[in-house]
Amino acid sequence: MARQISYQQAINEALRQEMERDPTVLVMGEDNAGGEGSPGERDAWGGVLGVTKGLYPQFPDRVLDTPISESGFIGAAIGAAAAGMRPVAELMFIDFMGVCFDQIFNQAAKFKYMFGGKALTPVVIRTMVGAGLRAAGQHSQMLVNIFTHIPGLKVVCPATPYDAKGLLIQSIRDNDPVIFCEHKMLYGLQGDVPEESYAIPFGEANVVRDGKDVTIVTFGRMVHLSNEAAATLANSGIQCEVIDLRTTSPLDVDTVLESVGKTGRVVVVDESNPRCSIATDISALIAQKAFGDLKAPIEMVTAPHTPVPFADSLEDLYIPSPAKIRAAVQYVVDYR
Amino acid sequence: MSDIHAVTVPKWGLSMDKGVVAAWHKQPGDPVRKGEDLVDVESDKIANAVECPADGILRRHVAVVGDVLPIGALLGIIADAEVPDAKIDALVAEFHANFKPIEAAADGGPQPQVIQVGGKRVRYLAMGEGTDALLLLHGFGGDLNNWLFNQEPLAQGRRVYALDLPGHGESDKRLETGGLEEYAACVKGFMDAVDLRAAHLVGHSMGAAVALRIAVDAPARVRSLTLVCPAGLGAEINIDYLRGFAAANSRNQLKPLLAQLFADQALVNRQLVDDVLKYKRLEGVTEALNRTISAQFEGGQQRTLLRDAVGRCPAQVIWGAKDQIIPPQQAQGLPATVPVHRIASAGHMAHMEAASEVNRLIASFIAGVP
Repeated sequence: MARQISYQQAINEALRQEMERDPTVLVMGEDNAGGEGSPGERDAWGGVLGVTKGLYPQFPDRVLDTPISESGFIGAAIGAAAAGMRPVAELMFIDFMGVCFDQIFNQAAKFKYMFGGKALTPVVIRTMVGAGLRAAGQHSQMLVNIFTHIPGLKVVCPATPYDAKGLLIQSIRDNDPVIFCEHKMLYGLQGDVPEESYAIPFGEANVVRDGKDVTIVTFGRMVHLSNEAAATLANSGIQCEVIDLRTTSPLDVDTVLESVGKTGRVVVVDESNPRCSIATDISALIAQKAFGDLKAPIEMVTAPHTPVPFADSLEDLYIPSPAKIRAAVQYVVDYR
Repeated sequence: MSDIHAVTVPKWGLSMDKGVVAAWHKQPGDPVRKGEDLVDVESDKIANAVECPADGILRRHVAVVGDVLPIGALLGIIADAEVPDAKIDALVAEFHANFKPIEAAADGGPQPQVIQVGGKRVRYLAMGEGTDALLLLHGFGGDLNNWLFNQEPLAQGRRVYALDLPGHGESDKRLETGGLEEYAACVKGFMDAVDLRAAHLVGHSMGAAVALRIAVDAPARVRSLTLVCPAGLGAEINIDYLRGFAAANSRNQLKPLLAQLFADQALVNRQLVDDVLKYKRLEGVTEALNRTISAQFEGGQQRTLLRDAVGRCPAQVIWGAKDQIIPPQQAQGLPATVPVHRIASAGHMAHMEAASEVNRLIASFIAGVP
């Protein structure tokens, strides 16, 4: 475990190892092969931020460049999955999913149900999520909740390099369509990652910090900001338990409720807009299933109900911060 | 200054760079004896008691509960009653003036290495120099880190190897049969690869059965045997633990199983469970563990008993009296020449729970081997 690699390298390694293991795994997306077919350097790019770089020379038949047409190549990936391949399609930003919604939620998500369980759709759609890159309202959204809403899809949001590798391997081996959400601000994050292959099961939250006073439920990049807040709060004697959901669908309800049973105080931290979000979903779940355990109202720390602003100063205000998380924790601790 | 002893933060394992003072077992003024538990310290990985280095009086708590201290930092002072307070104050001041914490990253200490044995990768950690060589063999589901409280202390004046058995740790996960012969062949191959003609073998649980197998098959390679909570001496074993461990794939399934390994449940912290879970997720591990179970056990019992081998070379047995995996009664009836040490306070992981005592037993036993 001594080896440290980045979140981005962990994703690349998972793709490489699964392609080595299974000849039906293929990678496709805009510039994933680095502009193959056009003049110039081969394997020059590897997707917009270079995540797939290096795969094309090793697997020239299974790394495909696609036209800039999400509706076309996402449909092609879903069709290839239905026909027995295991495609991993890169859809640059989750913000662009709108143009291929029918392919994803009317087709891929429904096949297994509408064909009596006979049709499998083992497709993975890798996509970047989240704010912080100064990329404005059409490249920065956290739309995890929209896909979590759709039965038939699985939704994965790794927070660490270790989880990114293990969850992507699980995503590729899973027989259902998976929306694999990579937070663009985490690509450079370093962490211990085994060189060997491993899969992390879906629906298993990770308790990243033990505490007895307040449960912080979160996922993705917000895990790190929550940990930062929890570390500061520990100095003033408040012990937070931080739960990283890892997958929002399926959802590990048991781990959340078990923790709430212990603490009775909850803060949900979600980078999405506040309405119809993972934060509201988790809050409703706790209010319904663990009402008797609660000692204070459930607090939510989310982005405001606005698009992601382009101005640096406004984007910084938009994203939940450790200070806002600390304030929410303090509020539920001080309540009564 | 031999009447004053500094108690410092120990280094348990490669990754430990600091310790948190969790609880003092003794108060200033208490008489203390060498080997008694003095203070609990937690690392990221594990919590354990720091033992008293000498007889005397605990004169000072220099560290208080909650302190986060680097390796080697001062925890307390043991001294005789007649040593004046001023002298202790001076020692504390001098210690703090001269103390420089070791940077974990710049430590440059021994790191695990990888070697090919029969075309398969074996990870090992070597420490210390000396004419005597020790080889530490972990048990089912373990790895070389199980010896984190033992390897460094035993490496004073000796060459000590700990390795990941095949199917375990970061060694190759492929096993042909999973039988003791395969494990023993890998260990012999490893000894060839590092040019180790003979060694004192220290085996825990299944690792002890592997050591016994080597003692039977290749007696010239074995200078002595230290069998810690060993397999291979009797039929009975907690097969539910073994099967449960092989099948567990979540923290909630794993934690109650790991708790059975220790007499003191507090030792099973979240990091320990996480580390085992990370190992268990690696490709090929479940197959390796299941293969090992089918090869080595039948009808819930140990298939191969090697009791007869115990008397053939210098051997000792160390057993945690609270072992819930293999019954300590299996040490009964061994040849009279084989010392059997029961450690009242320890469970199956006796070498972790009673590390200092186990280390002392190993060191003094080896010193007496011709």
